[in-house]
Amino acid sequence: MRSMSFENQQRLLIGLRYALLILIAMIFIFPIVFMVVSSLKPDMQLLRDSGSLRAFLPVGDISLDNYADAFERVPMLQFFFNSVFTTVVSVAVALWLNSMAAFSFAFLQWRGKALVLSLIIATFIVPFEVIAIPLLMVVNNLPWLGSEGIEIGWLNSYHVQIIPFIADSLGIFLFYQYFRDLPDELVEAARIDGASIWQIYTRIIMPIAGPILATVAILKFLGMWNAYIWPLMTIRSEELRPIMVGLQYFFQLNTAWGEIMAYLSVVTIPVLLFYLALQRAFIESIATSGIKG
Amino acid sequence: MTTAAEARQKAPLWVRWLLPKDAPLYQRNDAVIGWLMAAPALVILTVFLIIPFFMAFFWSFTNQRLISPNPTEWVGLRNFGRLLNVQVFNLEPERDTAGHIVYDDGAIAYPRLRNFTRNNPDYPHLDGLREFTSWQSGENRTVILVGDVVFLRALINTLIFAAVIAPLQGGLALLLALLLNQALPFINVFRSVYFAPVVVSMVVVALLWRFIYDGQNGLLNTILGMLSFGSFQPVDWLGNPYTALPAMIAMSAWQAVGFHMVIWLAGLQTIPASLYEAAGLDGAGAWQKFRYVTWPGLRNTAVLVLIVITIQAMGLFVQVDVMTRGGPLDATQSVVFQAVQRGYDKQDIAEGSAISVLLFIIVFVIAMVQRYITRERE
Repeated sequence: MRSMSFENQQRLLIGLRYALLILIAMIFIFPIVFMVVSSLKPDMQLLRDSGSLRAFLPVGDISLDNYADAFERVPMLQFFFNSVFTTVVSVAVALWLNSMAAFSFAFLQWRGKALVLSLIIATFIVPFEVIAIPLLMVVNNLPWLGSEGIEIGWLNSYHVQIIPFIADSLGIFLFYQYFRDLPDELVEAARIDGASIWQIYTRIIMPIAGPILATVAILKFLGMWNAYIWPLMTIRSEELRPIMVGLQYFFQLNTAWGEIMAYLSVVTIPVLLFYLALQRAFIESIATSGIKG
Repeated sequence: MTTAAEARQKAPLWVRWLLPKDAPLYQRNDAVIGWLMAAPALVILTVFLIIPFFMAFFWSFTNQRLISPNPTEWVGLRNFGRLLNVQVFNLEPERDTAGHIVYDDGAIAYPRLRNFTRNNPDYPHLDGLREFTSWQSGENRTVILVGDVVFLRALINTLIFAAVIAPLQGGLALLLALLLNQALPFINVFRSVYFAPVVVSMVVVALLWRFIYDGQNGLLNTILGMLSFGSFQPVDWLGNPYTALPAMIAMSAWQAVGFHMVIWLAGLQTIPASLYEAAGLDGAGAWQKFRYVTWPGLRNTAVLVLIVITIQAMGLFVQVDVMTRGGPLDATQSVVFQAVQRGYDKQDIAEGSAISVLLFIIVFVIAMVQRYITRERE
């Protein structure tokens, strides 16, 4: 037997490596492909196709009927709006409050700052699941100025889905880390020029905070869009329900798989498109959040 | 001439409070504005994170309910006592008047457990307990009696879930990272594909995988059937108490493995290429390079990855809520699912808080272990 030349051996290895990479990619991508493809098929065909590889191919009787039916069965547009509204407001306010606090920690001197900062870092190890139940009790006893004067209890509202999340310790910390590494001269030069602190924050620091703004925004966006446990506990009425909790309508509905797949696609495709457009930023921001500890 | 200290003494109270001791008086505006800029975020964190956190401890010692006409009472450690009460009890066989063991259909007959656990003044420590499990030991039956069968089941399931998924997901993530840590064309495309499930909501993933795991039309059964040329018997993966938790573990690992792959990749990139070159000159093979260059450089990353997965695993909830609601036969009950069931569904804030506190203690211990391991190395 003639032994392979070194070059051919290398080529074979690289070929094998790609084969393995593609095989693994299929494991990650096929369930998602299956979801989108199935959303286009009638239930009967969907079930029949799941017995073969046709499950992953958009073949047969393809239509958008499932989408129409799903939209008819549940107030999906309302759910979608609720999710978009709570997410957009939370992301916008969180960027503002977190960056403002971090600016203060990084550039201004006040007493107790070090203590407060270490307290914020200490809260990293408290998972949301630990405080969910006591938080439910807290919001149930908070006052709110409603249309009929002061009401007690925040359950069943937009603000209960937004306000607890408009500041978070990870967001503050990520901004703080970024600001701390900026050159001090930036701020000092502006001060000598007579800029006020507010001007330094809005005109000097925020305009160069792009990368970290993206990171915090992406993390907040994913957290809010995918929110489940909290709205599940606090929202009873349909008009206020976010899109993930709206999925509950389909939990017991084992017959309408096509509609379920349509709903899942509607929920997921915006996020995936977002992700495709900003892959690097998504991956980097999530990696940053993992390395915080 | 006034010194800085004297000037400070004369300054108004708020200046003395807010200004750092060693800061000159003219910076007092900084101190006030700095405090004001941090205040909104700090108020939110205090009200919605710190207060609930401490209230969880307080409520776990009471009988607090979400809405109750009765005043809250202090009950001490009763909630914890019930959740964690475990007693071993030896059940002796039934004997006739002559002292012989009574047999029933060839099996040893035992008195009923409830004779001991319901208002029996001789066994006050067993009052209200229920059987968790039991086994034969000689002529006796050893019975494990617990205060809260479902919670203990949930705790054990969650610990198993965490103990299995941490090495599994961490290990797979490392393999993927090693596979991707090469300057080959299109490598970033693969990285993006492997990472994609991370951005998909767990609610969506869990619902989608219910179809994959389905006993009749499930894709997994189809694929296993094809790979085994039809000899594979279909399994109702989520309906079988033996496969439900493993199925949940596999799905969770599929969803999140990309996350930890990225963290491993970041760790791999901190290892200087010169180390590999030196090892190559010394004649090291691929495995030796991994064993003596890569792995030592990844130690802290390894600890971080394992701890992060473990802490996330302790919060197991969405998968249970969407896929099984704790069933079949409590095989997938989880600690957080129980906390929500009691705190929200039954509006029993006290018990939900007690479970939350126990969860926090577990997470805290895990985090401290991480601190300890990584500190020693520095």
